[in-house]
Amino acid sequence: MPFYVAPEQMMKDRADYARKGIARGRALVAMRYTDGIVMVAENASETLRKVSEIYDRIGFAGVGKYNEFDQLRVAGIRSADLKGFQYSRDDVDARSLANSYAQMLGNIFTHETKPMEVEILVAEVGHSGATDQMFHVLYDGTVVDERDCAAIGGDAESIRTRLDEQWSDGFDLATAIRTSVAVIAGDDRQISASDLEVAKLSRGDHRRCFHRLAPAEIAEFVDLTE
Amino acid sequence: MPMPFFAPGDDPGANFPDLLKRIGLDATMTPGGRTDVGAALGIPHATTCVALRYDGGVVMAGDRRATSGNIISHRTMEKVVQADRHSGVAIAGSAGPAMEMVKMFQLQLEHYEKVEGSALSLDGKANQLSAMVRGNLPAAMQGMVVVPIFAGYDLLRSSGRLWDFDATGGRYEEKDFVATGSGSLHAGTVIKVGYQPDLDRSAAIDLAARSLWEAADADSATGGPDLRRGVFPVVASIDVDGWARVDDDELATRYRAIIDGLSDGPDSDSSQSGVAS
Repeated sequence: MPFYVAPEQMMKDRADYARKGIARGRALVAMRYTDGIVMVAENASETLRKVSEIYDRIGFAGVGKYNEFDQLRVAGIRSADLKGFQYSRDDVDARSLANSYAQMLGNIFTHETKPMEVEILVAEVGHSGATDQMFHVLYDGTVVDERDCAAIGGDAESIRTRLDEQWSDGFDLATAIRTSVAVIAGDDRQISASDLEVAKLSRGDHRRCFHRLAPAEIAEFVDLTE
Repeated sequence: MPMPFFAPGDDPGANFPDLLKRIGLDATMTPGGRTDVGAALGIPHATTCVALRYDGGVVMAGDRRATSGNIISHRTMEKVVQADRHSGVAIAGSAGPAMEMVKMFQLQLEHYEKVEGSALSLDGKANQLSAMVRGNLPAAMQGMVVVPIFAGYDLLRSSGRLWDFDATGGRYEEKDFVATGSGSLHAGTVIKVGYQPDLDRSAAIDLAARSLWEAADADSATGGPDLRRGVFPVVASIDVDGWARVDDDELATRYRAIIDGLSDGPDSDSSQSGVAS
């Protein structure tokens, strides 16, 4: 005979489960800089990526369980490519994509046996700084609209505190990357360039704005801090 | 529209056309009956395109004219288009299905690159295009034939490569150059005569421009450079740094040199007929 579990308790258990999974992973920071949005992740693997391209002006970042956020990444690419194919490339936007993600994650959180142990970030670089957008979607489908910067993943709260202290408008790319690395690392440790994954969505007149920085480029930026 | 999510064994992977089929948006257009729909509907046809290899890459070029029977339906059509960073596709045949095919091909390359996290190999891209041409076979049987050229820079082999196709999707890699469309006989002959394996980019662009000039001179469905409207063929090169289109000012200079060279020759009367002025 199944035991009765109060809905509050069930939701709390699921949320705790998802949070625990996410907290195990390493963190990721995204912030606006003068020419776009940069996403910096602590990631020892050069092939299993946390940050990737969704569409012309849209990037994706995920933390938590790799296979789960990778599934979400591919679903996002499909959804965006289909929309661009059916309507126009201009009609694909981060807001509606974030909403789709939220629907799906919310659905999985309440109806499936196990919630997804992921948090994702959908970022869109606008034609001007004022129209840049970042959406932080949680494991239960909660969407948070982040204006200037965001931190997700393990230890995100303390990273967020440091980020709010250090971020300011008008950073150039180098400063943005160095600040991101510094806030992820905190005061008592150093992260080497080989443990970083960096990608940017850069404003400009080219169609595909997403660019992944090569390890050598990352090393150049990070070495300057030392 | 819900997010496209599939069970692990049922996943279309990086295949965009297959994804469209699953979603129920398959765009393949095959009208019924076995008549020559292409001729009956007066569907515009795109004509002459060429591609040739040079030392370090490939040059692709195509005229801008589309015709419906004896009528010029478009003067500014772009038949040579960039497929992705390191490849391009040129099309001859029914303009509508051809443009749709190119759009789908570009999308497929980008979709694959994003889903897989790395671009297809050049052979893989040619193979993909082959499947799309084959998929158009029912339409081709009704007169809407699409025969593309595919060219690009192969990063694995460090050289330019080019392919032509037949209506059934047959894929043939050519060594030096290829021409397709109604003026291909003339354009191909010009390149064949002027071709050398050690051409540099500039010489290859000149040879491609010249080949289209001669095709326009002898084939009514191929448009020459239109100096009055400022319409020039699309000419582009692809090398290790990717696709680079030759701008119209540069083409104007090159065509001016071709015309100047011709007006001194014995054939100076007929040579002017290629210019719409």
